[in-house]
Amino acid sequence: MKPVSEVPVLDVRGLVKNYGTTPVLRGVDLTVQEHQVVALIGSSGSGKSTLLRCVDLLEEIDDGRVLLDGVDVSDPRADAAAAQRRMGIVFQAFNLFPHMTVLENVTLAPRVVHGASGREADERARELLARVGLEAFDGAHPDRLSGGQQQRVAIARALAVRPRLLLLDEITSALDPELVGEVLAIVRELAAGGMTILMATHEMGFAKQVADTVCFLDGGRVLESGPPGQVLGDPVHERTRRFLAHLVDAGRLT
Amino acid sequence: MTSERSPLAQERLAYRRSRARRSTLIALASTVVFAVVLVVGVTSTPGWPRVQATFLDPAIAVSSLPAILAGLWLNIRVLVVTEIGVLALGLLIAMLRTLRGPVFFPLRTLATGYVDLFRGMPLLIALYLIGFGVPALRLQGVPTSAAVLGTITLILIYSAYVAEVFRAGIESIHPSQRAAARSLGLNHRQSMRLVILPQAVRRVLPPLLNDFVALQKDVGLISVLGAVDAIRAAQIVSARTFNFTPYVVAGLLFVLLAVPTGRIADAVAARAARRQGST
Repeated sequence: MKPVSEVPVLDVRGLVKNYGTTPVLRGVDLTVQEHQVVALIGSSGSGKSTLLRCVDLLEEIDDGRVLLDGVDVSDPRADAAAAQRRMGIVFQAFNLFPHMTVLENVTLAPRVVHGASGREADERARELLARVGLEAFDGAHPDRLSGGQQQRVAIARALAVRPRLLLLDEITSALDPELVGEVLAIVRELAAGGMTILMATHEMGFAKQVADTVCFLDGGRVLESGPPGQVLGDPVHERTRRFLAHLVDAGRLT
Repeated sequence: MTSERSPLAQERLAYRRSRARRSTLIALASTVVFAVVLVVGVTSTPGWPRVQATFLDPAIAVSSLPAILAGLWLNIRVLVVTEIGVLALGLLIAMLRTLRGPVFFPLRTLATGYVDLFRGMPLLIALYLIGFGVPALRLQGVPTSAAVLGTITLILIYSAYVAEVFRAGIESIHPSQRAAARSLGLNHRQSMRLVILPQAVRRVLPPLLNDFVALQKDVGLISVLGAVDAIRAAQIVSARTFNFTPYVVAGLLFVLLAVPTGRIADAVAARAARRQGST
């Protein structure tokens, strides 16, 4: 038997996803090892978000497998809710519950799904809110917060259940430029703390600094992947080169 | 399309289909069991033969049908006129209630008072007051027909409900939409008509259709004024034959009338959900 550490936390094999007759993912292979940070890059519509949603079992996949700690969780016979309890996802548009306070947003899943006591959940939530610098806002409702603050709450909410794998879906795309930094700082800290992360991002500079592996998605496939220095600095494929050149032209990559 | 599905995907698809088939079979079996229990339970009661003779006499059902259908035709005409009146008056009152500015205080108060009065007033009492009170004034040119007065009463009462539905819709449209319309130079009326109302009406269509179904049944209440509608026609046959079957026939006809509206409401809701999903 293999030692546990050799089984990747996430192993995606030949993932196919169609929306109606439109193929979005045409056979994606991807692994994320423990404590590793993998960044998905690619133009809009390349399937980054869909891939994350498929991994989190929010979408039914058409072919292929998703293995979490070596266990096939995409099997229709498997308990999808149990697998989802072990992953956390942060959405581009925050998706906080507007009728709950910040503290209630963060403690909801620990209390209702994981059976934590009210005090236990509150304590952990306050700890997490302090970590994202929002301990003073626990009684506020989300619409009183800025976008960056809301996204930091969403990160705390995803972390509250101590996920095995954290999925980040372009979490800074809906933010004003001056708010991007505060959110990325938290992700950087999480990565340094050993959190296993799969993230879709448009922030190439950030991907370069934080990611162990960068995957370039194009036309529903992983066109190339490798260390950030290689994929972003000296890409093999023409498509990757053109994508990066566009970013340089737009002033988004230096 | 992409290449053929792998054996793995085919096997999973087959599994999902077999699960779906199983759920269908379970649903079918439970429905049949429920229906059998219900039918056996009711028909084995001691009073069943008597109830069957009094409420479910096929001969009387057939013989009463023409009269009841003729009455239902009156119901349908009243319904159409009432619905048009309700939509117009309800929308007007909703707009009056959403007017801003101190100048419009009297209009706003009037509209609020209207809603308070007619939403709180029991329909039956309003029918008596208007149906019997207005003709008693003996004014020249005032209608005395039960159907007309019943229609007016229904419009007055239902407009109060529908006005509140419209108002909820108007106020649910985010203020930024009004700001965007005003920023383009549209005045209050134009931004209301071209920007706010189209969104508001779309949003409140399901509750509006719900009120429409309620109205469909309540048109039967004009029978208390003496108008010979489906319920009144059933009452007449029932009194002649000492049998309640005509009421059952009239009830079923009202249900049949409500079914298409219910399906339209479902379709509207599904369309709204699709629109939400696609954006």
